[in-house]
Amino acid sequence: MSSTPFLEVRDLQIHSASRELVSGVGFQAVQGRVLGLVGASGSGKSLTCLSVLDLLPKGLRMQGQICVQGVALEDQASRRAIRSSKVGMILQNPMSCFDPVFTIRTHFRETLAAHGMLSADFGQRMLDALREVGFAEPQSVPGLYPFQMSGGMLQRVMVALALILEAPFLIADEPTTDLDTVAQARVLDLLAGLKERHGLGMLLVTHDLGVIARLADDVAVMHGGMIIERGTVHEIFGNPQHEYTQRLIATHLEFSGYN
Amino acid sequence: MSLRDMFRTLARRGVLAIAVLMAVVVCGTAVFAPVIAPHDPTDVVLENKFAAPSMEHPFGCDHLGRDVLSRLVYGTRTSICSVAAIMAIVLLLGFTVGTVSGYAGGALDATLMRFCDVFLTFPTFILAMFLIGVLGTGMVNVIIAVALTHWAWYARIIRSMVLSLKNREYVLAAKVAGTGRLQTTVRHILPPIVAQLVILCTLDIGHMMLHVSGLSFLGLGVTPPMPEWGVMISDARQFIWSHPMLIMLPGGMIFVTVMAFNLLGDALRDSFDPALAVQEDVVP
Amino acid sequence: MLRYIAKRLLILVPMLLAVSVVVFLILRLGQGDPAMSYLRLSNIPPTDQALAVARQELGLDLPLAVQYVHWLGKALTLDFGRSYVTGLPVLEEILYYLPNTLKLAGFSLLLTLLASLPLGVWSALEKDRMPDHLTRAVAFAGVSMPGFWLGFLLVWLFSIHLGWLPPLGIGGLDHMIMPALSMSLMSMAINTRLIRGNMLDNMHARHVLYARVRGLPERVVVGKHVLVNSLIPVVTAIGMHVGELFGGAVVAESIFSWPGVGRYAVSAIYNRDYPVMQCFILIMTGIFVLMNLGVDILYAWLDPRIRLEGGSNR
Repeated sequence: MSSTPFLEVRDLQIHSASRELVSGVGFQAVQGRVLGLVGASGSGKSLTCLSVLDLLPKGLRMQGQICVQGVALEDQASRRAIRSSKVGMILQNPMSCFDPVFTIRTHFRETLAAHGMLSADFGQRMLDALREVGFAEPQSVPGLYPFQMSGGMLQRVMVALALILEAPFLIADEPTTDLDTVAQARVLDLLAGLKERHGLGMLLVTHDLGVIARLADDVAVMHGGMIIERGTVHEIFGNPQHEYTQRLIATHLEFSGYN
Repeated sequence: MSLRDMFRTLARRGVLAIAVLMAVVVCGTAVFAPVIAPHDPTDVVLENKFAAPSMEHPFGCDHLGRDVLSRLVYGTRTSICSVAAIMAIVLLLGFTVGTVSGYAGGALDATLMRFCDVFLTFPTFILAMFLIGVLGTGMVNVIIAVALTHWAWYARIIRSMVLSLKNREYVLAAKVAGTGRLQTTVRHILPPIVAQLVILCTLDIGHMMLHVSGLSFLGLGVTPPMPEWGVMISDARQFIWSHPMLIMLPGGMIFVTVMAFNLLGDALRDSFDPALAVQEDVVP
Repeated sequence: MLRYIAKRLLILVPMLLAVSVVVFLILRLGQGDPAMSYLRLSNIPPTDQALAVARQELGLDLPLAVQYVHWLGKALTLDFGRSYVTGLPVLEEILYYLPNTLKLAGFSLLLTLLASLPLGVWSALEKDRMPDHLTRAVAFAGVSMPGFWLGFLLVWLFSIHLGWLPPLGIGGLDHMIMPALSMSLMSMAINTRLIRGNMLDNMHARHVLYARVRGLPERVVVGKHVLVNSLIPVVTAIGMHVGELFGGAVVAESIFSWPGVGRYAVSAIYNRDYPVMQCFILIMTGIFVLMNLGVDILYAWLDPRIRLEGGSNR
């Protein structure tokens, strides 16, 4: 664990024209550990992630500081420059995240080209990445169009696209939403394995405490655009301080029956 | 709310107000044509042939010495009346076929929709021409022809509205278990559907007007001496070198009137459509 | 893909049959007495006896369904009868004028696409700025403009005042500019709005967000992913524009004395020349249907979702 955090967000505020959606969020994420950001939908988790890479929808404005490897990213261009090169990201609803008109190969090719990493062994590297995310026969994948694949497969292709660029840090925004249980388990195993093998740092955004318990080292709980509690996963599950966290955990235990 | 958004909201309301005003003026002109028009639009006074604008004839007279202003004013009446009649027939047919199709479902639905498809297979204007060719020219036949070439589209839309209404009614029935169901339907489900239909009709009025005046221009629609803008342009075409105003004025009337209804339709759609609000852009 | 084309061709047959039934019924129900017209054509005085003979000859005493089958048989062998006015075979006359109309319509379609593609894209990229406001205002005026009035405005400006373009007749490219402009402004406006709307919708699409996540430069995000997905659906609109342009051609031919099939059909309507009218609508609808078929196939070929799934979602 290095002394400077890989990704640090300080006093982040996001406004729409009429109201404040995220107010004063701050956290530090280090390499090799998974920071879980948990909260109900609408609590501002996804917006927080998008703002790191300057991906907020038009009409939303952000204030605050974002630092990567100790360097403050002051302007839009610097936050765009780290997209996928330093901070990879996988999104929810994988079925809608790929351009339906192009094959998976095109998606790989243009991504590598954008980062100046398109080389002669492109095909081989693509297959290696696909194999790593669990495709037993990776050569069948590149020729497919997105709509010919399942959500779970596409979610893993997303992970492969992040891996092939060798970004040291990954933001996973609700990586298991909209997947069936089997696919969920595969994606979680995959992410856990990547952390082990590559020492990836990860910001894991989810509303599912089960996912947090499975994957996270540290947890920050978001509610109403603010972080209301933070600690290690053991602290949060073992001894929740904030009333909202307690209710969240109680509800989760009630519905899942275990964990 | 920022200043910019306030301006935008105000601008949107302003456009709606202007559009409503224009539509009211147009309809008012049609209704009160006899009061507004200074002369009988069909009065031929040959000594007034091509008379220049004067107090007596503000826009001058045409090649037969008829008062141009009066003809323009009565032309509004012809346009509005014919489109109103077309819309009435189209909605009647569309509602009947659409509702029966939507509620009956099954084979009847399929048959009716195939029937609609046949009408949608023809190029609209060409089919209208053919119908007039068979029925003969004249205002009534133009109304029938344009209505017959447009109804199928409405039948399809009304059917899809009925289907969505049906689905939502089922959901509602499950939720409220019978109590006040009719009331809720009338209050919450019907208004958006009716609003949608009103918007579609408003946007289509201009289109139908263009068809009527286009057919009349070709000599296939409203027959002279009845004052109609397309006929006026057709009458004046040989005088374009010497008296271009006789073409400019009726054409401008069509343009402005069609624009008024298009503007009204757009403004209505914007004020009913919440997707334009800035907040909706937020990714959940 | 082949399965999709086969399916579309299969639907075409009953569709065209239904079209022919509608045309036949409109003719029979509205036409009055075809025997009378026949006699007029043959210059035979319409005595009661002559009428009865003509009815029998024409098969008008047979049931409607039988008459339809006879009529269809003739239509299928491209026998549309002779013009009541000139006495010449109708099909020959129509085919004589048709190329002129198709030339005009084709040029208008080209004009529509050439103008609306850059304008729609530009307007979307500059949303809420001056170019967008301007384009939208022009497009709005375009959907409200009567084509025949625009035609005269053009003649007044470019022929009478400036003397740049010939006011009527057929000839080179300069003869086509004004008729084509007056026909295509409406389609241009509609298409520009469509492209702008598609672009704006696609800019919010999640696959575009993900393209940005992957670090693609804005040039590629907009120039490839937004643009391609916005333009493919425009292909289907071409079919609709062709229908509009056919209508516009009739009007433009009348204004500019363009010797096309539309002007011929209008004069046929004045003369109640039924064989011409009937041939005109069947040919024009036929072309329209075939154009739409071509457009659908092109669309399916462009969009892998239909190419590979056999069009299950359409």
